[in-house]
Amino acid sequence: MTASIETLSASPTNVKVLTSARGVEAWHVESDVVPLIAVSFIFDGGSAHDPVDKPGVAQMLARLLDEGAGEYDSDAFQERLAARAIELSFNAGNDAIGGSLKTLVKHADEAFELLRLALVEPRFDNDAIERVRAQTIAGLRYQQNDPGVMATRRFFDEGFAGHAYGRPTSGTPESVAAITRDDLIAMHRTMIALGRVKIAVVGAIDGDNLSVLLDKVFGALPETKPLPIIPHAELQKIGSRIVVDIDVPQSVIRFGTPGIAWRDPGFIPAYVLNHIYGGGSFTSRLFQEVREKRGLAYSVGTSLVSYRAAAMTWGYTATKNERVVECLDVIAGEMARLKEEGPSDEELQKAKDYLIGSYALGFDTSTKIAHTLAQIAFEGLGVDYIARRNALVASVSQADIRDAAQRIFGDGRMLTVIAGRPTGL
Amino acid sequence: MKTASKPILRVDASSFGRTEGGGPNLSSFTLDNGLDVVVIPDHRAPVVTHMVWYRNGSADDPIGQSGIAHFLEHLMFKGTEKHPAGEFSKVVSGLGGQENAFTSFDYTAYFQRVARENLKVMMEFESDRMTNLLLEESVIGPERDVVLEERRMRVETDPSAQLSEAMAASLFVHHPYGIPIIGWMHEIETLNREHALDYYKRFYTPENGILVVAGDVTADEVRRLADSTYGRIAPQGKRPVRVRPREPEPVAARHITVADPKVEQPTLQRLYLVPSCRTASQRDCYSLELLAEVIGGGPTSYLYRKLVMERGIAVNAGAWYMSSAMEDTRFCVYAVPAEGVSLSQLEEAVDQVLKTVSAEALDSDAIERAKTRLVAETIYSTDSQSSLARIYGSALAIGETIEDVNRWPVEIESVLKEDLASAAERYLIARRSVTGYLQKSAS
Repeated sequence: MTASIETLSASPTNVKVLTSARGVEAWHVESDVVPLIAVSFIFDGGSAHDPVDKPGVAQMLARLLDEGAGEYDSDAFQERLAARAIELSFNAGNDAIGGSLKTLVKHADEAFELLRLALVEPRFDNDAIERVRAQTIAGLRYQQNDPGVMATRRFFDEGFAGHAYGRPTSGTPESVAAITRDDLIAMHRTMIALGRVKIAVVGAIDGDNLSVLLDKVFGALPETKPLPIIPHAELQKIGSRIVVDIDVPQSVIRFGTPGIAWRDPGFIPAYVLNHIYGGGSFTSRLFQEVREKRGLAYSVGTSLVSYRAAAMTWGYTATKNERVVECLDVIAGEMARLKEEGPSDEELQKAKDYLIGSYALGFDTSTKIAHTLAQIAFEGLGVDYIARRNALVASVSQADIRDAAQRIFGDGRMLTVIAGRPTGL
Repeated sequence: MKTASKPILRVDASSFGRTEGGGPNLSSFTLDNGLDVVVIPDHRAPVVTHMVWYRNGSADDPIGQSGIAHFLEHLMFKGTEKHPAGEFSKVVSGLGGQENAFTSFDYTAYFQRVARENLKVMMEFESDRMTNLLLEESVIGPERDVVLEERRMRVETDPSAQLSEAMAASLFVHHPYGIPIIGWMHEIETLNREHALDYYKRFYTPENGILVVAGDVTADEVRRLADSTYGRIAPQGKRPVRVRPREPEPVAARHITVADPKVEQPTLQRLYLVPSCRTASQRDCYSLELLAEVIGGGPTSYLYRKLVMERGIAVNAGAWYMSSAMEDTRFCVYAVPAEGVSLSQLEEAVDQVLKTVSAEALDSDAIERAKTRLVAETIYSTDSQSSLARIYGSALAIGETIEDVNRWPVEIESVLKEDLASAAERYLIARRSVTGYLQKSAS
């Protein structure tokens, strides 16, 4: 595809910013190697805008968009998708309602028409609402006593108490039971609007044809009305250690410290620092100290969580109840050591080499490229970000790392939630 | 990473082929020492996926040493004489590459994804650990603890995973597919260096391996690089023999229950013992593949329509078939009860629906839809070089051929309604089945 890794990381010109006749903007990568089209789109505004007493509306809305639209009831709509192997799905998170579409080129017209129907003319039939409600509640019950889910849920509940991010995005069995058709219609009317959406399209379609399809789908959306602003939040209860009691032999641990948002100029140094501390390869400090040297856990790591109105550094692991104390000590000790001594020059260089070299690996399928582009658009980083990003990583200095450590590790205290029966705490 | 891969629904089970747009221009050859090589060109980006597959998986674990295949997979990252523990990972990471490994019932595989110019380095390291693994005593204990934590995470804290294990153990009364890939807790605890080394010497040989390279390379380049790396390993003379018992003809319908206080949402599962793509005669595996899609593939499937849409007795229902296996394998039907419906009521409803498959489920639209979806998946898979590498690697590792993989869409297209009815009638029967309940216990 024209979005070869090399060109994608070196030259943003291969991602074209397309504006259709009706003013729909999309980031477009044309590639005809594989006869498919992948679309990713993200609407600004999500679960954080759920009614205060009814968490779960945005997620339920996302689940209902493909459950009947236009003249097709749910079954007829699903049959039209299945008959041409068109893959359409929607999801909702704190800040956004998004979705993706994948189709063979020969079914593009039908695929975009079904997408238009789902976005513009969802039916919200009562039987579909009741079915999705029952599925959602069953899903919540299925996970109710999963230690990982319990730890995460409690972490957000404590860390963002009183804030929209502290509420469960999937809702609770009680809140989901209380959601009405009017709630769904109201949220649909507000959220699924033209001015809110970022779109990326990758595949075997040229700009002219794509423009026409984009106009049909997104050009049909209503104008945008302003949403209530989600107030900025800082991670709370830092320094607390909370145990969620559940009778399992292994404790699941979640821990967090302050963070830096993706849009913040300080993000990239923090990203490099996080990679060194607990990022996703076999070489991180936590992987080495927690797993390789001590066999404390199978999985351990950290990531930078970036919401519209909050940011944090978030970590996870799981160890048998008898070794929780040792595990927490290692995690805290490595954070303190890294903040105090910093990484060696070699360690910093290796981390940058990895992050630069591996960036391209995230652009190896049409679906992944579309998703990544839509995310970058959603974050407002600009279409040139892909070209700029590796240079930003390359320029991170030891001084930048020290600043980042100050901001994300703070004084080393963290909010820790442990689900299990830890001993010796 | 270093994971025990579970059989994933269809993703793992099926395969690839082309009905439009031209196919990948595949090459395959064998080195002098017996190592098989497959090259899948994909010139969209200057990267390669480098994989080595070994024709041994958990079903080859010696009796009493369940989990050794998976444990050894972890230990393969622990260094050789030339390259101490962690060096390979550091090099991969420093090159901006990604790596991982996985163990399944029938195979174990290792892979890296790197920029094309680094392929040779990957081959040097990977061929080195094919034969020069050190296994110092000091790494054994901590890594065994890692695996025990992995098992605690995946199974010991999750009643639904416990049900899955119990059902497989019940379905396979004789064959090691009934033993979990990761091994039983009490046997993992006893695995030691000697077990690992014996296993390594037996299976990690060039004759037993398959090298798959997908990406921005040519067959000639790969052959040249492979000859100068893997090609230097001395052959062992022949491929190690896998001794696999055959399942007896099943006679007993089995019912099992996992009851746990943590369960708030009951579920129902049913497994049937069925032929795999390797054991099926009369093309039954294609029929079973399509049957699973027709009766249980998503919201337009027969089970979903009957149980969820029409009767409202379930909130979800479906089916899948794990065709990719060397010996007889599993066909699964599952359902999640609606509020107030007991698992026995739901089971009765599932059985009623399954009885009507031949008469009602097999209309030509439903069959056409299922074929379209299965064939489209093979086209979608060509968008990912790592998916292609996995599809061909796993097929060869269980004894299929490249032609088998390429023929798959045509075979699926040619399945007839009568084939589906016949497969349902012969295989979805009580004596071939295990039914599992996941429910809440009193305390």
